[in-house]
Amino acid sequence: MEALTTITTTHYLILSAILFSLGVLGVLMRRSAIIAFLSIELMLNAVNLSFVALARDLVSLDGQVVVFFVMTVAAAEVAVGLALIVAFYRSLGTTDIDEAHELYG
Amino acid sequence: MSALIFWLLSIVAIGAALVLIFGRNTVHGVLAMVVNFAVVAVFYLMLQAPFIAAVQVIVYAGAILVLFLFVVMLMGNDPGPLWEHLAVQRPAAILLVLLLIVALVPMMDVRNLTGVTATLIGPEFSDPASLARLLYSEYILPVEVTALLLLAATVGAVVLGRRGAYRTKREEVLDLDEVV
Repeated sequence: MEALTTITTTHYLILSAILFSLGVLGVLMRRSAIIAFLSIELMLNAVNLSFVALARDLVSLDGQVVVFFVMTVAAAEVAVGLALIVAFYRSLGTTDIDEAHELYG
Repeated sequence: MSALIFWLLSIVAIGAALVLIFGRNTVHGVLAMVVNFAVVAVFYLMLQAPFIAAVQVIVYAGAILVLFLFVVMLMGNDPGPLWEHLAVQRPAAILLVLLLIVALVPMMDVRNLTGVTATLIGPEFSDPASLARLLYSEYILPVEVTALLLLAATVGAVVLGRRGAYRTKREEVLDLDEVV
């Protein structure tokens, strides 16, 4: 019962692990480039959550600094990634990542 | 009280993730991610990281997901096939992810850490000024490198988005027709 009423760092870390796993599932299962990309964002977000939870657990702000950098890099990644997806779509007329086999030898 | 909020919001966060993964509609997926990011922002507030929570709402929910929505608008709402050409891929993916959860969750038991409760942490911990001081002293080099990265990403996105940066398949076919 105490595990239900007292929220500890472990709770946050387990939630973070579940969200990360769901992100992995999205990348493995869906063929739409946009959904797969959003799943990657889900994974980054889950990792951020565990960073913030551990930052509080250790009373250290370094974890929050790392989250700040992860968010910045994610923003840069989204800009380039979406430009690539748009280029892919303009070239092939679909966002199905199974169609991206032009570079097969 | 905060325990109740935690459990309710966890259900919302996991539910939103499931909508993203199993939904047939890409726009609904993006909106589910908005919900997920907002919920995680509340978790940040509960974890005494108000600055990170604000950045989460502004950058993730505000900027990144709006960019996603623009791209979905541009390309139409085509979710692609929900399941694969390979019949084993879906069950294999679900099995592997269940294994991942089984492997990850026991690792998350951190009772051997300090286990500081929220009341023991001073107000300066959640003050954005402390974070800023750390960013611009100890982490000044990473901040500068990130600035460079953002510039490179901006230039890269502009170059990729320019018309004529690459030839589409249709243009190649048109060129072939001209030769014939």
